[in-house]
Amino acid sequence: MSRRVADQPLIFARGLVKRFGDFTAVDGIDLEVAPGEAFGFLGPNGAGKSSTMRMIGCVSAPTSGELRILGMDPVRDGATIRGRLGVCPQLDNLDPDLTVRENLTTYARYFGLSRAEGRRRADELLEFVQLSDRANGKVEPLSGGMKRRLTIARAMVNEPDLVLLDEPTTGLDPQARHLLWERLFRLKQRGTTLVLTTHYMDEAEQLCDRLVVMDGGKIVAEGSPRSLIQSYSTAEVVELRFPDGLDGNAGYAAKLDGVGERVDPLPDRVLVYADDGDSAVAEVHRRGLTPASVLVRRSTLEDVFLHLTGRTLVD
Amino acid sequence: MTAGAVHPTVAVLERHLTLYRRLWQASVFSSFVLPVLFLISIGIGVGRYVGSIQDVDYLSWIVPGVLASTAFQIAIAESTFSVLGDFKWVRGYHAMRATPVRPADMIGGHLLYLVFRVEGAVLAFLLVVVFFGGLHSPWALVTPLVCALLTVAAAAPVTAFAASIDHDSYFALLFRFVVIPSTLFAGVFFPVEQLPAVVRPVAYVSPLWHAVELCRAATLGRAPAWPVAAHAGYLLACSAVGVFLAVRAFHRRLED
Repeated sequence: MSRRVADQPLIFARGLVKRFGDFTAVDGIDLEVAPGEAFGFLGPNGAGKSSTMRMIGCVSAPTSGELRILGMDPVRDGATIRGRLGVCPQLDNLDPDLTVRENLTTYARYFGLSRAEGRRRADELLEFVQLSDRANGKVEPLSGGMKRRLTIARAMVNEPDLVLLDEPTTGLDPQARHLLWERLFRLKQRGTTLVLTTHYMDEAEQLCDRLVVMDGGKIVAEGSPRSLIQSYSTAEVVELRFPDGLDGNAGYAAKLDGVGERVDPLPDRVLVYADDGDSAVAEVHRRGLTPASVLVRRSTLEDVFLHLTGRTLVD
Repeated sequence: MTAGAVHPTVAVLERHLTLYRRLWQASVFSSFVLPVLFLISIGIGVGRYVGSIQDVDYLSWIVPGVLASTAFQIAIAESTFSVLGDFKWVRGYHAMRATPVRPADMIGGHLLYLVFRVEGAVLAFLLVVVFFGGLHSPWALVTPLVCALLTVAAAAPVTAFAASIDHDSYFALLFRFVVIPSTLFAGVFFPVEQLPAVVRPVAYVSPLWHAVELCRAATLGRAPAWPVAAHAGYLLACSAVGVFLAVRAFHRRLED
């Protein structure tokens, strides 16, 4: 295709800014997402993830900076670009008065597809998201996970080059999340480029080849989940809980100084970052400390996040 | 474009029609039955006392008024809650916004759907009226066209209004201060010349009055109050301004 040169990034941003009045939601970010990548925006609410996604989705114009989507200008070529995107928004906007299948066939028409093609793709996608048995049912009685799967099927109806998922599993129960992840993983295997926002560490680790951590409208770190953990955390983390922990954790942190590379007192526990967790635990006991519980685990993105933003992810 | 491909405006129209196929029963009474009941109760009931008016029987005189006012009611009723709902509750416009469908297509599809709805009611009403002997001129054939124009002239500004508000309580104000007065003083049941001169401008700004005048001229085969071009021009102007405001309101609402 002439419109897409091989290896040209699907998303290219330099100094991208979005302001709402005095509030700067996105504060000068640089991005590049290559075809076939699964790319994630990780960050707490208000970090600027959704504003960035809306600019990428060509529904909100950048305040300043350069943005190219599929090699085109999102302001001038918005409709053309949107024709090649699949969007799964944070808030469900399915048509409650249409059937499950009609939601897909109606949406297919927005992309100019013929009725026959819309029906064909609807059936194929309902199969893919495991909703074929609900095809002629209403949307309203579907569970949250089913609705989200339907929304993802709807986002795929135009066979998009780029799929945008804004917090795809927020509010879903664990089973529904795992089913959704599995479906998204299949998409990824097919070579579909995925861009998603999440505030779930496990989601980012499961799905993303590469991600950026956003905080206060800025990108504070970028890399693969593994490289981020390597750069900003240690191989293992020891979680210590003390009986009088709620008040005394800062005091314990002082006593733990020098155990491992870094000690982080949280309200309910003290985290000790160490490449060898077991020897760190041995050192804790040697210092005569008696935690109520000890857990040695591998480092996760949550630890990276704690280190980078200095706070836990909260809604 | 490949075979069977569709323009986004038509795709939006299709969505409305698909929804209507599911929900049409709810509108049968207001669209088809109520206008006929009006005609019978007022045209025949009140008509017996009124006798004739401007040289025709009262029923024939109000036929074009009830016709245009039916179109007016449908156009406005279908541009209030359903438009706000597609921004606030269903978020159907947000869903469209993520596709090649532009605000102009959303509004175009909505207005085409309303014209479809209105024409259904208009044709059914005309069919009934023929049996009452309420049409006096072949020019009656142009009334569906006038009603289509009225639909856009009334629905477009109301759509812009619905897209600009954040709470449905504003609709009560719209009905109380705009829709009801413009229906009461639009020459539907009596000539506006009966009104005190100070109230008459209410009729002149109401798109309904202009449509009633055109329809009455058509069904009775006589000249309207103002030149045809003036009435039609006013309706076209309302349509153009309304569409402009609606497109702007949709852009604003869907932008940030």
